Amino acid sequence: MSRHSRMGPALIALVGLFILFILAGAARAAPVAGAPPELKIGVVAFLSGPASGPFGIPSRNAAEVWIDKINREGGIGGVKVVPIFTDEAGPADKVVTEFRRLALDEKVAAVMGYISSANCLAVPPVADELKVLTIESDCGTDRVFEEAKHPYVFRTNSHTVIDGVGAARYVLSIHPDVKTIAGINQDYAWGRDSWAVFQRSMRQLKPDVQVVDALWPKLFAGEYSAEISKLLVEKPSVIFTSFWGGDLVTFAGQAKARGLFDESLVVVNNTGADIKDIAPGVLIGSRGPNGIVTPDMEKNPLRKEFIALYRQKYGLAKNDYIAHGAYHYVQALQGLRAAYEKAIKAAGRWPTTEQVAAAFEGLEFDTPSGRVAMAIGGGHQAVQPAGYAVLKYDPALGVNVFSEIRMFPAKCVNPPDGMKSLDWIDRGFPGAQC
Amino acid sequence: MRLLLVVALDGLTYASWLFLVSAGLTFTYGVLRVLNLAHGNLYALGAYLGATLVLRYAATGYTPALAYGLLFVAAVVVGLVVGPLIERVFLRRVYSRDEEVQLLLTFSISLILEDVVKLTWGVNPVFAEMPYSYLGRVRLGGINYAWYPFLLTAIALAVGGLLWLVVTRTRLGKVLASVIADREVSLTLGINVPRVYTWAFAAGAVLAALGGALTAPMFSLAPGVGAEVLVTSFAVIAIGGLGSIGGAALGSLIVGLARSAAVYFFPELDLFAIYLIMALVLLFRPQGLFGEIEVRRI
Amino acid sequence: MPARAPTAILLFLGALILLAAVPLVLSGWILFLLTVAGAKALAVLGVVLLLRGKLLTFGHALYYAVGAYAAGMAVKYFGVREALLLLALALLAGVAMSAFLGLLVARYRAVYFALLNLAFSMVLYGMLLKLYSITGGTDGLGIPEPTLAGFELGGSSLRLAMYELTVVLTAVLVYLTYRFFASPTGYTLRAIRDNEVRVEYMGVSVWRAVYVSYVIAGGLAAVSGCLIALSVGHITPDLSFWSQSGEFVFVAILGGTGSMLAPVIGSVLFEFVRNYAFELSPYTWQMTLGIILLLIIFFLPGGVWSLTALVVRRGSR
Repeated sequence: MSRHSRMGPALIALVGLFILFILAGAARAAPVAGAPPELKIGVVAFLSGPASGPFGIPSRNAAEVWIDKINREGGIGGVKVVPIFTDEAGPADKVVTEFRRLALDEKVAAVMGYISSANCLAVPPVADELKVLTIESDCGTDRVFEEAKHPYVFRTNSHTVIDGVGAARYVLSIHPDVKTIAGINQDYAWGRDSWAVFQRSMRQLKPDVQVVDALWPKLFAGEYSAEISKLLVEKPSVIFTSFWGGDLVTFAGQAKARGLFDESLVVVNNTGADIKDIAPGVLIGSRGPNGIVTPDMEKNPLRKEFIALYRQKYGLAKNDYIAHGAYHYVQALQGLRAAYEKAIKAAGRWPTTEQVAAAFEGLEFDTPSGRVAMAIGGGHQAVQPAGYAVLKYDPALGVNVFSEIRMFPAKCVNPPDGMKSLDWIDRGFPGAQC
Repeated sequence: MRLLLVVALDGLTYASWLFLVSAGLTFTYGVLRVLNLAHGNLYALGAYLGATLVLRYAATGYTPALAYGLLFVAAVVVGLVVGPLIERVFLRRVYSRDEEVQLLLTFSISLILEDVVKLTWGVNPVFAEMPYSYLGRVRLGGINYAWYPFLLTAIALAVGGLLWLVVTRTRLGKVLASVIADREVSLTLGINVPRVYTWAFAAGAVLAALGGALTAPMFSLAPGVGAEVLVTSFAVIAIGGLGSIGGAALGSLIVGLARSAAVYFFPELDLFAIYLIMALVLLFRPQGLFGEIEVRRI
Repeated sequence: MPARAPTAILLFLGALILLAAVPLVLSGWILFLLTVAGAKALAVLGVVLLLRGKLLTFGHALYYAVGAYAAGMAVKYFGVREALLLLALALLAGVAMSAFLGLLVARYRAVYFALLNLAFSMVLYGMLLKLYSITGGTDGLGIPEPTLAGFELGGSSLRLAMYELTVVLTAVLVYLTYRFFASPTGYTLRAIRDNEVRVEYMGVSVWRAVYVSYVIAGGLAAVSGCLIALSVGHITPDLSFWSQSGEFVFVAILGGTGSMLAPVIGSVLFEFVRNYAFELSPYTWQMTLGIILLLIIFFLPGGVWSLTALVVRRGSR
């Protein structure tokens, strides 16, 4: 483009648009019979509040980038995808009202998104009532399909059980003679769930492990001096945390300054925020095979394409990686696309919502984070492998890098279909294939 | 014994932080009788500006020692620009209105500033931890402590002492006392009350921003930090008595010690320890520990 | 107010009929929005009632959450599914709670009253969050579709019924609150606003007036919370969070405290503004709300309600 740099920007834009139009026209397949002029989908993510930085905004951006890509390739079944982005922030009544607006006022074909577990529990009954295809994309709670059936609801990312079970298995693979563990988790449902899964898994895998402490600072507390002092006094061999975002960065900063990482092995079950620069030696999970770049994942063309597209539009530092929420949102779009394509093939024309939902059940599809199978929750809940790694300082690059990466296969860290996660753990992981 | 020492140290450093972030709120209320709900946003502005300055400065590679000065610069800039702006343009127009209108005005400013911060600094966590780690650590009671929280304790003592000196030992303090006691009489005495209000509000804003700027090396900043701080400092000054600097200090100390004790002995209580104390204190001493009973006028 | 009563009552009845007929023309989403607005208006009504006595509360969401969780617990542990029964239970729980806490807070005024309420609401928030196995923690509780007067209604007919129920219930409670305000105790409250000490010198119990108003306001908020629980279908501890209390105060001022109808207007307006602000500028909706509030404070001190008064005056001229 440097050749054109003297032309007016307007002219460049015009030419660019023209080329784009031609390309888009050439690429777009003829829509199937009965197809709507466009496929409207609601995309819900935190655009404000503390969860927007580490999760919401990257997820929204990823969805945007990926929808553009789908449209460049001719849309879904020849129909252009039109996203409507909305903010997830606010109490449940606001989130449900917003869902109803998307369904009844905007008349979207599907809604995807939801990062908060509470919202992932509040929305499904409404989705069933209004018969709107809903793809939950990032939240962690295992209650969604373990407590009820929701014919119109799917979740294309693994629930948080893989993070806890994966953490326990990874800790033991690195540090087999662990004696004592302690937890420091934010005092809310995700913190409680994460700790319950990790702690129970540890007890199953190594029955002589002693739990010395469980600390519950409030969400967004920001000041952890007392907690860190207590952990320094107790010196557990392993400290587990499900902190995320600003809280994780803050905790890591304060802990590092006081040498907590030298006394205990710290394991974090998610990489929403970038603590990469702060805490070498920490074990980190990525809520599925997402942010952490793995050798075999490098061969995945979708992953390469996604990273390139994201980097091009939103920029990404050289040794940086994209937040896991972003991968999850792309997974949702890939699932939606695969379900529609399968349903179109089966119906021979544009499918009804029920036909798409039927096609979605038990579906398998490729994503930038590998192949995803809707294997549990009656075919509505995805299973994925759990990825963990150790942060190590690389003197050659001058930054911290992920090393000793391990993937625990989906069948190793997920319960079989129809079994509740905590029962599965307490019964000693029956049927697990590791 | 060693455990008690650790609990006391943690409580003390947390109390220092609480005092720094709540002193501005109680000072403003003391002089203007307005509870400034935008206090948390001034805190956030100070914190973000402080973090930005420090990060920029750190990138130049000069001696880190000067970064501490930048935190004060950030606080003064925010306080002296935004403080008078809020007071002169908005607050001044509602002094004659009901108390709830004044509260709502600061509430709406808080909503606006919340998004101003988001539009300026984005939503990604900002963390300028360099001044925190640069001071290194010290071994006390058998475990490592960072020096920085003790620096905060020293600054908190200095700020508290300075405020006390100004209020009790200077002419300015007498002027303030007169304005607080009776606005009209002060006017007839030739005191420029509007100007006192502007400066008092600005001073409160500087204190709020200073609390934020000094926090920036300890906590990472994310959208919504202001609201958290507002509610916490609310509770602290309600315990100590609204408008009382000594009360804020005592309130901070009580809450700080209670929280660090809770972490050690009842980790499940951490979440609402502060509100429980506040409810208890207000029930038995409604005006707070150091608050004055207001004269009822017929 | 009494002088304008006939106009107000006519306006009231007209609005009621209009609102009850609204579903004939509006989309399901707007219907839901109006249900939420109508339900929340009751909590705001409580805030306005207290504001009439110069009592500002930053913790009214406490009773809102009590109502919602009373219903949630009754559903979860006793399998109650009847909406009317749940509403009665919520009212009972709200009144019991406010009757107890009222004993403690009715002595306080101004900022202290506001803060003490805030503290209690945050303690409840903490408990709802902590009692994880009972309340579901921050993930909250689901409320399945209720029956209404014994009828099994599903889907859109239930939404319609919930809407009509909300309209009727809100109308009845607004009227009753209006009657309360016109009662001797209501007048005492008004006098407290002007000068509390004088009221006491007249031999009238200020404490009693404040206490009764507080209990009524608590009951209203509990009904409001239960309606929200039934319409939304999911409850979380956020119902008791301070920002929810802040929202009630915001809406109260938006509508104005000049009439018991003002909360309804304020509430409907707020839900629309918030939803459209979200739609138009998802990044800066707080700023939009802030600017609207500033404009009201400076240019419409009586709230949106004062506009209707303007219209009525012009009409009668």
